[in-house]
Amino acid sequence: MAKVVIDGTEIEVADGITILNAARQLGGHSVPPAMCYYSTLKGSGGKCRVCLVKVAQGSAKDPRPMPKLVASCSTPVADGMVIQNLTSPEVLEARKGVVEFLLINHPLDCPICDQAGECDLQNLAYEHGVGKTRYEEERRKFEKIDIGDKIKLHMTRCILCYRCTMVANQLTDNRVHGVLNRGDASEISTYIEKAVDNDFSGNMIDVCPVGALTDKTFRFKSRVWFTKPMDAHRNCTKCSGKVVLWMKDNEVLRVSARKDQYGEVKEFICNECRYDHKSATDWTIEGPRHIDRHSVIAQNHYEKTDLLTLKKEIERQIEFQKGKPLPEPNRTLAE
Amino acid sequence: MELKFSNNTLSLVNKIIKRYPEGKQKSALLPVLHLAQSEFDGWLSPEVMDYVASLLTIKPIEVYEVATFYSMFNLKPVGKNLLEVCRTGPCWLRGAEDMVAHIERKLNIKAGETSADGNFTLKTVECLGSCGSAPMLQCGANYYENLTEEKIDQLIEKLRDKGVRSSYLKSVEINS
Amino acid sequence: MRKLLLEHISEPGIETFDVYRKKGGYASVEKSLKTMTPDQVTEQVKASGLRGRGGAGFPAGMKWSFLDRKSDKPRYLVCNADESEPGTFKDRYLMEKIPHLLIEGMITSSYALGAKTSYIYIRGEYMYIVRILEKAIEEAYAAGFLGKNILGTEYSLDLYVHPGAGAYICGEETALLESLEGKRGNPRLKPPFPAIAGLYASPTVVNNVETIAAVVPIINLSGDEYAKIGLGKSTGTKLISASGHINKSGVYEIELGLPVEEFIYSDQYCGGVWKGRKLKAVVAGGSSVPILPAELILKTAKGEPRLMTYESLSDGGFISGTMLGSGGFIVMDETTSIVKNLYTFARFYHHESCGQCSPCREGTGWMEKILHRLHHGHGRKEDIDILVDVAKKIEGNTICPLGDAAAWPVASAIRHFRSEFEECVNNSMKVKELVH
Ligand SMILES: Cc1cc2nc3c(=O)[nH]c(=O)nc-3n(C[C@H](O)[C@H](O)[C@H](O)COP(=O)(O)O)c2cc1C
Ligand code: SF4
Ligand code: SF4
Ligand code: FES
Ligand code: FES
Repeated sequence: MAKVVIDGTEIEVADGITILNAARQLGGHSVPPAMCYYSTLKGSGGKCRVCLVKVAQGSAKDPRPMPKLVASCSTPVADGMVIQNLTSPEVLEARKGVVEFLLINHPLDCPICDQAGECDLQNLAYEHGVGKTRYEEERRKFEKIDIGDKIKLHMTRCILCYRCTMVANQLTDNRVHGVLNRGDASEISTYIEKAVDNDFSGNMIDVCPVGALTDKTFRFKSRVWFTKPMDAHRNCTKCSGKVVLWMKDNEVLRVSARKDQYGEVKEFICNECRYDHKSATDWTIEGPRHIDRHSVIAQNHYEKTDLLTLKKEIERQIEFQKGKPLPEPNRTLAE
Repeated sequence: MELKFSNNTLSLVNKIIKRYPEGKQKSALLPVLHLAQSEFDGWLSPEVMDYVASLLTIKPIEVYEVATFYSMFNLKPVGKNLLEVCRTGPCWLRGAEDMVAHIERKLNIKAGETSADGNFTLKTVECLGSCGSAPMLQCGANYYENLTEEKIDQLIEKLRDKGVRSSYLKSVEINS
Repeated sequence: MRKLLLEHISEPGIETFDVYRKKGGYASVEKSLKTMTPDQVTEQVKASGLRGRGGAGFPAGMKWSFLDRKSDKPRYLVCNADESEPGTFKDRYLMEKIPHLLIEGMITSSYALGAKTSYIYIRGEYMYIVRILEKAIEEAYAAGFLGKNILGTEYSLDLYVHPGAGAYICGEETALLESLEGKRGNPRLKPPFPAIAGLYASPTVVNNVETIAAVVPIINLSGDEYAKIGLGKSTGTKLISASGHINKSGVYEIELGLPVEEFIYSDQYCGGVWKGRKLKAVVAGGSSVPILPAELILKTAKGEPRLMTYESLSDGGFISGTMLGSGGFIVMDETTSIVKNLYTFARFYHHESCGQCSPCREGTGWMEKILHRLHHGHGRKEDIDILVDVAKKIEGNTICPLGDAAAWPVASAIRHFRSEFEECVNNSMKVKELVH
């Protein structure tokens, strides 16, 4: 076991786990955000750099601080380590920088984006960003494309977390898409037109932290907060069959895997469950799902949302787009 | 027509694969892609990449990912002679921009374009490790250094007359 | 001045095995394989104080001693011949002119590390040198210096040359290993370090061409003797690639400790600034290291003469100093636009970023775009501050040091030549006024 201190709170954790997972055990505000790490995907993490923290003391044996900020998702703890997340101005400053970098080539169309409410980047920008962009150069643009008949790729939104390629490598037996080109010209692609089609390929949608990969079978082009998430299950021979049904009245609009509070799927689901059972009678419905993520969707509990508050939220975000400071969060929405 | 390396190249491919431990034949990817680009008209078409994937028993996407990462692989057809002019700091300090402008005028193309007769493609590239003999350009395996406008004129004439496709694996000088 | 690597460089035929051997070549292989244990070879390299010549200057003997010798996996030595740092061309010179020196160094070093297979990873653009090295390797096999039971000893080694295909990032050692495994050149997260899990997840040492070549004189002379050459902790000789606005560009072998002023102005080396012009600035260790104005490259902030050593060049930290880096010495005369030069560097790093981590992927492009505007007369008041801030937000926050390498030139150029950037902005403003 290793004793570590995170933002002033001591906790004992198993040897060799990462700083991020130690912080998650502690919970609360000390948990660094993560955009590329995904605990159920081997080799993930280290890329986005939003989880940077300061190691003020390396270990009990060697108390020297680490010279640079480290990626908490891929740095193991050591006994006696002292870590600063929110208590380090240096970390907050660096994180602001990373958020800005992630946004400079990202379209600022949150108000009209069909992923609004389910986008980790939107939440991240809201919580850790500067609220105002200094970037006045041209943004990278890509056409939307279909990769197969079930998934749409909006490459302009992609933050190159590599998670979807890891799903393809680790859950399916034939990866046909990957990261092409290099630098800021990198893109997710199949290179030549090929359908991503595989029993578990649909999980790429759930691991995508932004709205770059979306479910084409989502039968309602509306805001996700007009739908009701319900826990449900069925007997499935390929996967656990435990899902979330996104419903409107009695209609199943979309099926997805269940995510935990950090947005991670612990039990991936098969494509049959995801795409082929869009009738409520196919499922045993357990009850409403609590989306306890600190996200826009969580903030405006779907039942309370009305068009007026939504309109205000959109106006607020348009101001943001124009490069103005983000006005105070909309109180009605943030209840 | 089925795409296939010549027998000589195939035996070279097998020799290259043996340089790496068993099961690590993917290591041969860059050398084999060089051979493929040289043998199949100076660029890597999807068919060529699929063929290389089959030779090394890896997935086609693994080849696409790699081929698009490295700047020496052409993913579109190029002219017979790819003129790669270095434009990084040390070369810029010694007049690389004038050399690019001269070639553009002479061939009536812009950097990135191919001349109408298909003989030349002009490309600007980053430092080629020839900064002490700047300005310079690479064509196939050859480095042409301490360039002047006259030297470029002569080179272009020579390459045009020769009429063979340049390749990183073959020296234009030695082949003459 | 003493030469250890290039002593026989002008000997006709030195690229052939026979001439090289006649000049005393392969003595270090005989000495080490027949009279020394592998650990004794490593001890000599430690004693020599040799520091890595690829850019970071990490003590070579120490790196070798980190190699996991308990693992039951094979061990590898990989030579880094990717040489793509702008301003650097010494490895090319060495491999082209005296290839057997590298082959000899590879054999002696592989023996010390217990490697049975070693690779030379060379940048793809140097394809003609691949031929030269392969020919030299063939000759070495034929003479019994490579292959099974070298010189009748128990030691066997296979050596191969592996070409890259155009990617500066593959000079970073873990990206190089990825590339050697046939993958994209994405640097790995560390730890694990290559000494524990490198090529094919086996213990691996990656060293620069010049570092490996320097093992030859170290074994021939003994580590202690080698350590007497040079100055203080900067032991031995170093190859310097000199380019830019000088009379005599090229590769020079210097004894570490040579005054910078002598290097620039002596006829033995650069022969002074060209066209009788004045010196404006120098990038002393390859494009990644901070640029210094003439007064600070010739003398430290304390007024002491600046010397060609790791310590003297970094005297003053990043405020008034720089780094020896890879030894790519780029000289700029009084007519040079620092902004334009920096723009070419920024374009380079943007082009070469692997794109894996967000600060480097996005920040390098941003800096290039701002510098492009500045240099083309479309500057804005806030540009300079944004540049400084973007560089600061990349530095130290990335997976590999390419991010730092992209940030340092920007930060240092603005630190020492801010007025030139301001002038660009002012000119842009004037242009704007004229248009309106
Ligand atoms: C972006 C980048 C590029 C590099 N390029 C080279 C290179 O071309 N050649 C080289 O020897 N080292 C290069 N290095 C340094 C290597 O990572 C590594 O430190 C070196 O090969 C170790 O050898 P040495 O200890 O003998 O210097 C580079 C490092 C970085 C971060
Ligand atoms: S498409 Fe989504 S999951 Fe895939 S790399 Fe981009 S952001 Fe990550
Ligand atoms: S710093 Fe740049 S080159 Fe290095 S890993 Fe990150 S994106 Fe790639
Ligand atoms: S979550 Fe740690 S770097 Fe992305
Ligand atoms: S800058 Fe052109 S070869 Fe180095």
